[in-house]
Amino acid sequence: MTKTLPFRAGLLSMVILGIFLGAWHIATAGSGPVANIDPEYAKLLGQTATQGKSAMPGPLDVGRALWTHLRDPFYDRGTNDKGIGIQIAWSVARVAAGYGLAILVALPLGFVIGMSALISRALDPFIQIMKPISPLAWMPLALYTIKDSGLSAIFVIFICSLWPMLINTAFGVASVRREWLNVARTLEVGPLRKAFTVILPAAAPTILTGMRISIGIAWLVIVAAEMLVGGTGIGYFVWNEWNNLSITNVIIAILAIGVVGMALDLVLSRLTRLVSYPE
Amino acid sequence: MSERFISIEGIARAYPSASGVPVAVFEDLWFSIGRGEFVCAIGHSGCGKTTVLNILAGLDEPSTGVVVVDGKGIEGPSLDRAVIFQSHALLPWKTVLGNVAYAVKSRWPNWSADKIKAHAEKALGVVGLSGAEFKKPAELSGGMKQRVGIARALAIEPKILLMDEPFSALDALTRGTLQDEVRRICRDTSQTVFMITHDVDEAIYLADKIVLMTNGPGAQIAEIVDNPLPIERARAEVHKHPDYYAVRNHIVDFLVSRSRNFAEEEAARLARGVQRNNRHPPVVRPLADTIMPGATRAAS
Repeated sequence: MTKTLPFRAGLLSMVILGIFLGAWHIATAGSGPVANIDPEYAKLLGQTATQGKSAMPGPLDVGRALWTHLRDPFYDRGTNDKGIGIQIAWSVARVAAGYGLAILVALPLGFVIGMSALISRALDPFIQIMKPISPLAWMPLALYTIKDSGLSAIFVIFICSLWPMLINTAFGVASVRREWLNVARTLEVGPLRKAFTVILPAAAPTILTGMRISIGIAWLVIVAAEMLVGGTGIGYFVWNEWNNLSITNVIIAILAIGVVGMALDLVLSRLTRLVSYPE
Repeated sequence: MSERFISIEGIARAYPSASGVPVAVFEDLWFSIGRGEFVCAIGHSGCGKTTVLNILAGLDEPSTGVVVVDGKGIEGPSLDRAVIFQSHALLPWKTVLGNVAYAVKSRWPNWSADKIKAHAEKALGVVGLSGAEFKKPAELSGGMKQRVGIARALAIEPKILLMDEPFSALDALTRGTLQDEVRRICRDTSQTVFMITHDVDEAIYLADKIVLMTNGPGAQIAEIVDNPLPIERARAEVHKHPDYYAVRNHIVDFLVSRSRNFAEEEAARLARGVQRNNRHPPVVRPLADTIMPGATRAAS
């Protein structure tokens, strides 16, 4: 029975996908020639008017375009015509840079906040005010100060990744079980060794949970940030294709954003499982 | 045995209360433990037993008074005083061997990895855990976890072993086996032990001396019971010893009624002109011919 559950779930997923694709296909398929029109004139009018076909591409159109993209994801034919692989790589690189910086700040700072009730209370009002600010609200300030749109996007990723990591690290460090700390104390373990051998492994699952929330937010925000700063990246690609009125490419970009986001989350969830411990 | 290896001198521990006046959990405690002695403390919850143990461990500080161990006052925790925690307190992300090796490495930081591993394995062998080295604590039963806790404490070869109700979370059968092993190991190594327990039979089986504490707040040492049972005791035979029920009844009587009404008892004694000296709490040695409560004769 247990072996058939994943199989049955998979089967159901396929059925749902099939129904969705079928409905999509039917909804966007043309209803045939609307009237007898001169072919030259019909070309000018487009299929929406002549075939009753929706301007929304059908699954087959998207599939064909997707195949073209996948065959050559890394081409570069100038500013506004780069392969989707290159665009995703730009976005992932920006997220990695901003996220990496956030780790460098959030983990040590979170450790200090978690260890010291004084610093925790002193910094709490700042964190509480900064946390709910939409990361994109920082963009003008970043652009004005940093004077570089690429770096500003990275800053925005940094600021939005920071809070969940910081708060979870502080919480994880502050709630390490008293008895484990007492074990370290009775064994006369020095502060640095205690931090790395007791507090860090004890807080690791909570810290990783924060990092997992952060990567999700970072990936949400990068699309919007790249729409604003432009130039490269999957967010810029979406906006560029909207300007091109290529709904097909927009749909493909949406799909790519989802897949990459899922992959990032999967990596972090694996890492979380690696450091978690049963009690 | 009469040497004061551990000397507890007039300690009290007060906590702030809602009214602002600090409330003493216990006050003016004096007693000593000789080298190689096994001492149990018994008393109701809230009498500050665990606080006394934490002070001995260096995890807590007395509000007043001092504790002297081997001629030196206690200043914080020390590797010379190992603690076996009630909740075993194993690090769940480390293996059984890793938990013991962590303690060994803390004790001897300059040892090679091989030497640390060999020493940790030896300690696990003593508590009968060879073969479970690479299991995680979560995979072990309660009894096995506590064995790891005991191995970790013994591995650092402490001068004093402090145990806070180490067997209270275990089933009766496992508890019995572990008591036997702890007694054997402590006798073999002449270990000095201070243990807290709620279990009267456990105290009688293990201890040389049993410290009876009155109820808190303001708990005191009512008396110290000098265990009359012979040093050589077998679990299966111990309850057949003629003095066994004299000791047992004495302690149970204390726990059931005297620990609560100790102040009145004290007042009655004072009326008879018997002045209490906290520095030398009365030592009693209940014997078979003095089973009647209150009729116990002083040993010294």
